Amino acid sequence: MSANDNANTTGLTTESATLAGELFGEGVGAQAGPPSTPAAGTGTAGQAAPGAHSHGGPAPTGSPAERFTSTDPDAFGAPTGREETWRFTPMKRIRPLLDGAPSDAHLQWDTDLPEGVELTSVEADDPLLKGLPEPGDRLAALARQRSGGAAVVRVPAEAQLDRPVTLRLSGTGSEDVVWGQLVIEVGAFARATVVLDHSGLARYAGGVAVLVGDGAHVDLVSVQDWAPGAVHGAQYDAVVGRDASFTQTVVTLGGDLVRLVSNVQYAGPGGTAELFGVYFSDETQHQEHRLWVDHAVPNCTSNVLYKGALQGEGARTVWIGDVRIRPEATGTNTYELNRNLVLTDGARADSVPNLEIETGEIVGAGHASATGRFDDEQLFYLCSRGIDAETARRLVVRGFFADVVQRIGIDELQDRLMRTIETRLGALPGLDEQPVEVA
Amino acid sequence: MSVLEIRDLHVSVGEGNDAKEILTGVDLTVRSGETHAIMGPNGSGKSTLAYSIAGHPKYTITGGAVTLDGEDVLAMSVDERARAGLFLAMQYPVEVPGVSVSNFLRTAATAIKGEAPKLRTWVKDVKSEMDLLEMDSAFAERNVNEGFSGGEKKRHEILQMRLLKPAIAILDETDSGLDVDALRVVSEGVNRARSESEIGVLLITHYTRILRYITPDFVHVFVNGRIAEEGGPELAEKLETEGYAAYVKDSRETAKA
Repeated sequence: MSANDNANTTGLTTESATLAGELFGEGVGAQAGPPSTPAAGTGTAGQAAPGAHSHGGPAPTGSPAERFTSTDPDAFGAPTGREETWRFTPMKRIRPLLDGAPSDAHLQWDTDLPEGVELTSVEADDPLLKGLPEPGDRLAALARQRSGGAAVVRVPAEAQLDRPVTLRLSGTGSEDVVWGQLVIEVGAFARATVVLDHSGLARYAGGVAVLVGDGAHVDLVSVQDWAPGAVHGAQYDAVVGRDASFTQTVVTLGGDLVRLVSNVQYAGPGGTAELFGVYFSDETQHQEHRLWVDHAVPNCTSNVLYKGALQGEGARTVWIGDVRIRPEATGTNTYELNRNLVLTDGARADSVPNLEIETGEIVGAGHASATGRFDDEQLFYLCSRGIDAETARRLVVRGFFADVVQRIGIDELQDRLMRTIETRLGALPGLDEQPVEVA
Repeated sequence: MSVLEIRDLHVSVGEGNDAKEILTGVDLTVRSGETHAIMGPNGSGKSTLAYSIAGHPKYTITGGAVTLDGEDVLAMSVDERARAGLFLAMQYPVEVPGVSVSNFLRTAATAIKGEAPKLRTWVKDVKSEMDLLEMDSAFAERNVNEGFSGGEKKRHEILQMRLLKPAIAILDETDSGLDVDALRVVSEGVNRARSESEIGVLLITHYTRILRYITPDFVHVFVNGRIAEEGGPELAEKLETEGYAAYVKDSRETAKA
């Protein structure tokens, strides 16, 4: 192993091995586990094209290299699939989003805006866009550049919305890439829930930036319920204000390929970010979720919970969870957890948590990752109450998803998502033939 | 009237060269209406006995028989054992994320009874039993065992026993980790079952404390994977004052000989 091993990766309170061993039978989860190469693009500024620049000032020895970011797509070079950032992604299938032509193609928007919420658009040269976190890969940079501006959702300071802001974004089946940039700006002390509900057929490269004002509470829900064949790549950025709270729930169910990069940074101390996700990959679907939480100010909290299930030949999921606690981020409390449930043979889940801790003065930092078949202790518990093995397995899988879905807090949406999941589980042959293995 | 019969039961864990025999010939008969306490030091195999009867796949039966009313329990799957009338209150009940207590209880009751219980009476039964176990009604909407305190987990186990109404209940160290209040509440739950039905109870414990609340008809001292001595409630009192030292010493000498 070339070691995770960024020499600065210290103090991991990893539970991966224990958890996997306790929860899952022998011989399962072999596809997960620690990465054989450095996790994530943390030290990959060197991959950038000559002349590229890093942000965040000098990188003294003893600290991980800064992530390379740029608004210039060409600054990233042409991805080959060998880069850390792209090595899990099927390059052929993502290719349209990496070199697609500029286009006028759009998703069809159907919006529900509560009183006081403004939906507007800004031009490419608007100062708002200049202040956003920069793209971290070619796809994100192209989306930023080719969207030629941005749609902006504004929630005024101190607003208390009576219902969620809902943007239903449907693909219309166009071959042309839809380039989009959305900015969600929530004023100080406001409380807002924003739902992005993606469906239909599209090739969509769409950036989303959420600016969470000081003391504001923002829940962002992003549902990827695309039609088969859809390709969706995006960078989601959240800038969390002082004492603000941001919760993002990502639900990826449909599409051929979905690759979402979710970044969080804190603009002031006292911020909280919760990143939840569920994904369900069927035959040949590729679902990739990459997270990057950058703790650079004191007394912030982050909590990550992503759960995924896979079924069918060629089902593929990737979860990368990077958390960095910089020297100045004292009082940080962070935890991340990824669980993958492999329902059939022929599916593969990669799970790579990575924690870089550069100060000892933190409240807590930990991560856990496990990939495997059913948790046999759960099945035993249910069966010991008379529930047959088949029903027990369905209860466990359903619960596995509901655990995250129920955190959305919108009953109607939760019900719809659970129905979709149950329908897909219903199509699962031989769930009752899964072996019960106990470590 | 039910009878659980355990005859010369041998059980091991692990496979091949790592296999280790835990139960070395257990004989025990539990009839409806009887309460048996199994007491023994840590590592004596008490919990293995409980889990083996319930059918946990970790344990391999290497010899002997377990029958319930003459039916071969060891040939049954885990769920069949429960439907036949066996219940195991676990020492460490597992969390089942995303599955609510109410959904779980109803699914279990449906499986045990063979049909869904009538909603009105069911809701009433659950609520009244939860009240008696001093459980908040919000409890029903929580996920099974998730974030439960030690006391809540044990109350939840006894709640299930009360609702599923087994013929024979095995309580595996239900008293461990409970404060006095919780111990009283849980014990009262067991005693309600004993007074309202002909339930047979196999009470596995390390301490005599719970026996002050639940008076056993029989006490068995469990050492090194088998029953070393049997008696009435007075045996528990003797253990209270003298501990297990004598039995453990005995067995060591036997082992040497």
